[in-house]
Amino acid sequence: MPALPPSLTEIRDEFLALDLKERLQLLLEFANELPPLPDHLKDRDDLFERVIECQAPVFIDLEVEDGAVRMHATAPREAPTTRGFASILVQGLSGLSAQDVLAVPGDYPHLLGLDEAVSPLRVRGMSGMLARAKRQVAEKTAA
Amino acid sequence: MPVAADPAPQFRDYAHPERLVSTDWLAENLGTPGLVVVESDEDVLLYETGHIPGAVKIDWHTELNDPVNRDYVDGNGFAALASSKGIARDSTVVIYGDKSNWWAAYALWVFTLFGHEDVRLLDGGRAKWEAEGRPFTTDAPSPAPTDYPVVERDDRRVRAFRDDVLASLGQVPLIDVRSPEEYSGLRTTAPAYPEESALRAGHIPTAKNVPWVRAAADDGTFKPKQDLESIYRGEVGLSEGDDIIAYCRIGERSSHTWFVLHHLLGFDKVRNYDGSWTEWGSAVRVPITKGTEPGSV
Repeated sequence: MPALPPSLTEIRDEFLALDLKERLQLLLEFANELPPLPDHLKDRDDLFERVIECQAPVFIDLEVEDGAVRMHATAPREAPTTRGFASILVQGLSGLSAQDVLAVPGDYPHLLGLDEAVSPLRVRGMSGMLARAKRQVAEKTAA
Repeated sequence: MPVAADPAPQFRDYAHPERLVSTDWLAENLGTPGLVVVESDEDVLLYETGHIPGAVKIDWHTELNDPVNRDYVDGNGFAALASSKGIARDSTVVIYGDKSNWWAAYALWVFTLFGHEDVRLLDGGRAKWEAEGRPFTTDAPSPAPTDYPVVERDDRRVRAFRDDVLASLGQVPLIDVRSPEEYSGLRTTAPAYPEESALRAGHIPTAKNVPWVRAAADDGTFKPKQDLESIYRGEVGLSEGDDIIAYCRIGERSSHTWFVLHHLLGFDKVRNYDGSWTEWGSAVRVPITKGTEPGSV
């Protein structure tokens, strides 16, 4: 199994060092840190893909430039859990090479110790987001 | 000691007006001894972004459900949960939440399984409180534990199981409160909701489709009694003495309808089939009807 990229390892270790209640707080911090869209993607709804595995409306777009990946996401304020999931992936995947993103294990969301804190059903939403992110990167790399 | 009911005129016509409180009432009564306010949401973090001052949080996934069996917590689990939230057996519990109170109604229904006497909903839920510009806080309350008694869960009165539904097919009115797309079998989850592993699509034969949202006004409050009557008695044909079973996908939206039928319209015998479509749609050899008609057995 390939090693996790340092960005994702760091996020995982941050979560696992905390108790269940603190993990929720950290997820909330991630939710609050979800970066706004860059100017060139504002009002470009057509570029974004809806993550239907999430209960809240969340949309993602992955850019690949010179082999480096940048992920963007929007999710409503009233859906902080989903925002938190998106923010983890935006922070963890952005800056990685396309190859590294494609090698991220599909069960990464379940490695964060959130299944107990948030419930496995909800974490599945992040798995859907990751799968879609990887698929976008694969498509954009092939083209 | 129960806190006096909300005398608001908009509740007066309902069969059990004491089961609802208005945002005005709650604002005036925050901090009243004997009152515990509970937030119960679909989003497990929404409470942490800010909640009604003094409110505690109860999460349906992680606190009301048993972590191993597909069931609710038992009497010991419920007593421990209630105690940790500062709820005593005689507390007045007011529950509110996101999504027009789906999960709040679900939590209220679970409280009913344990026979908690005085449990009410905030009409309009979190969205109405927010729309009115009322205060939210991120200060976490630290309630003193109570000596909530261990009460055995009563699964007979307001809860139905698959075998109950199967045995009474065609004899009792069944209400499917899911979206028309789920009912007809176009899909197994609410539009825009994640797949939750039902293997087949459609509805339970004879069930009539009354999406839960028909009971809610645009601001998330419950519709006036007259409107509810014309839907459930008029269109659906429910009548006094009926033994009614409601279901949805996992039992949350049907808790909302259960609340309407039981507390607002006063039907005595209403049960929520919480196994709902995620059980029925995956069970072996149970009958399923496709299409927009209820079908027969």
